[in-house]
Amino acid sequence: MTTVPTFSRGRAPGEPPPQAAVGPPEPRRNRRSPLAKREGRVAYLFLAPWFIGMVVITIGPILGSLYLSFTEYSLLQPPEWLGLENYRRMLDDERLHTALRVTFTYVFVSVPLQLALALALAFFLDRGVRGLALYRSIYYLPSLLGGSVAIAILWRQIFGTEGLINQLLGMVGIEGEGWVSHPDHALSTLIVLNVWTFGAPMVIFLAGLRQIPTMYYEAAEVDGAGGFTRFWRITIPLLTPIIFFNLVLQIIGSFQTFTQAFIVSGGTGGPADSTLFYTLYTYQRGFGSFEMGYASALAWVLLVIIAGFTAINFLAAKRWVHYGD
Amino acid sequence: MATDLESIAAPDPAALAARRRRDGRRRRLLKHVVLIVFGFAMLYPLLWMVSSSFKPSDLIFRDASIIPSEFDFGNYTEGWNALARPFHHYLINSAIIVGFSVVGNLLSCAMAAYAFARLQFRGRRLFFAAMLGTIMLPIHVVIVPQYILFSELDWINTYYPLIVPKFLATDAFFIFLMVQFIRGLPRELDDAARIDGCGHFRIFWRIIMPLCLPALATTAIFTFISVWNDFYSQLIFVTDPDLYTVPVALRTFVDSQGESAWGPLFAMSLVALGPIFGFFLAGQRYLMRGIATTGIK
Repeated sequence: MTTVPTFSRGRAPGEPPPQAAVGPPEPRRNRRSPLAKREGRVAYLFLAPWFIGMVVITIGPILGSLYLSFTEYSLLQPPEWLGLENYRRMLDDERLHTALRVTFTYVFVSVPLQLALALALAFFLDRGVRGLALYRSIYYLPSLLGGSVAIAILWRQIFGTEGLINQLLGMVGIEGEGWVSHPDHALSTLIVLNVWTFGAPMVIFLAGLRQIPTMYYEAAEVDGAGGFTRFWRITIPLLTPIIFFNLVLQIIGSFQTFTQAFIVSGGTGGPADSTLFYTLYTYQRGFGSFEMGYASALAWVLLVIIAGFTAINFLAAKRWVHYGD
Repeated sequence: MATDLESIAAPDPAALAARRRRDGRRRRLLKHVVLIVFGFAMLYPLLWMVSSSFKPSDLIFRDASIIPSEFDFGNYTEGWNALARPFHHYLINSAIIVGFSVVGNLLSCAMAAYAFARLQFRGRRLFFAAMLGTIMLPIHVVIVPQYILFSELDWINTYYPLIVPKFLATDAFFIFLMVQFIRGLPRELDDAARIDGCGHFRIFWRIIMPLCLPALATTAIFTFISVWNDFYSQLIFVTDPDLYTVPVALRTFVDSQGESAWGPLFAMSLVALGPIFGFFLAGQRYLMRGIATTGIK
């Protein structure tokens, strides 16, 4: 390989060929050559669908909902400007406060449990378990199914008064209650459902574990470190970027849970609003009673909450995530 | 001293090695037992659902075993005809949406990814950052204005609101996935093709796309599963019972029949999960790779 033709600089048809290697160093770094310009045009063509989507389907609606959040709008009459009224209304909205409590409980109980289970199994599965691929697939399957209506229906039966759980409890002589129909337990059944889908973060953990060089473990073993020390002093610190990634991903995802709560409660968020997830409440306000302005304000608050937690995660990550240098 | 101790304490090395092997084997066996029991417990609800779909509804409340005492397809025929239309009507509706969504995502995301990964243009970094920023955007924030937009276009109760955005690369996650993949392909291939006189479209179509097959497969499978499972946007944009998709039809089913028809409900739920099982079995390699690459990079 002697000469690599470069295509970044072209020359206009009439221009004399450049004098090889002699003469002044190439000027005009910032005047774009025709070929670069052509490449730019081609790039915009390739990006055209994305660009339209970005403006019409994404950014436009984001700004649109920000505007609507300051209005009252029922789809029938044009939006009426309210200023901050929708946001003020939130302070006194008891059901919203319930929705926030339900959602925060769900996120902060189910995500740590789910990630702990994912990490434990990834660690257990790592390094030379025969049949790893099979186990991994089995544990992963619920992640694919967990968000579906069908599984939510199954959950509604399993945790029902005469459901599978109570049948099994009955075998050992315990009489269970109707889990989904009891305000104290309904949310727990959805937390269990979220924990059940630990397979996706587990696969990510497994991929991360594979990046840790075996020699670290060997060196630690030579130095007499036991299994627990190796896990705590090598695995966990080296895995923190992955833990962090999973944490952000799962928190964002869990805040948006909708389908499961909708199906298990029949769209009401019941019993006694115990599964009234934030998204479900927003849906009820927007598409149940057509308060589009208030629903938009609620949606924006959700966006701010999610962005806030993502930011907190990133800030906290500085303290505990090791990116291995 | 040392020789003394050795002669007392140390058994012969061969026996020691054998014992260690035996311990290792026992520990490995224990590990497998734990993994299998745990896996079984996880899958138990699913297996039970499968077996219950063959049981008469009243037996579902009494029988926690996963081996059905009899095979009765009655739940399937009953469930298939329980709604206003036979169930295949809803399956076809879902399949139409999923089919177009997969094609749309593949084309539009691959095109955008090619531009981001291979081409120089003004605003590249800014656009790329904007694209990444939309990956995590909750749909709840944009749904109301989208609903207004689509009702202005008279698209409510059509499939356009579900399909058209896919042709506009709105699932930024897949753009990111393909950008990562294309960046890993050797640039020499593009250069060689360009020397041979290929334009960007030919390079994209003839060189990059075929090499991207694994990333395209991952995108196709994930799009299939997420659109097939999607409930929220289908619930909002499709209210005409004739246009119902599988998830929305199931929801009507459970709300109308309630607790009285678990057998048929389970049967139809399993029909709804069937295609996902299929893709899971056929496309595992791509699924795992998809999660792992986007997770790590």
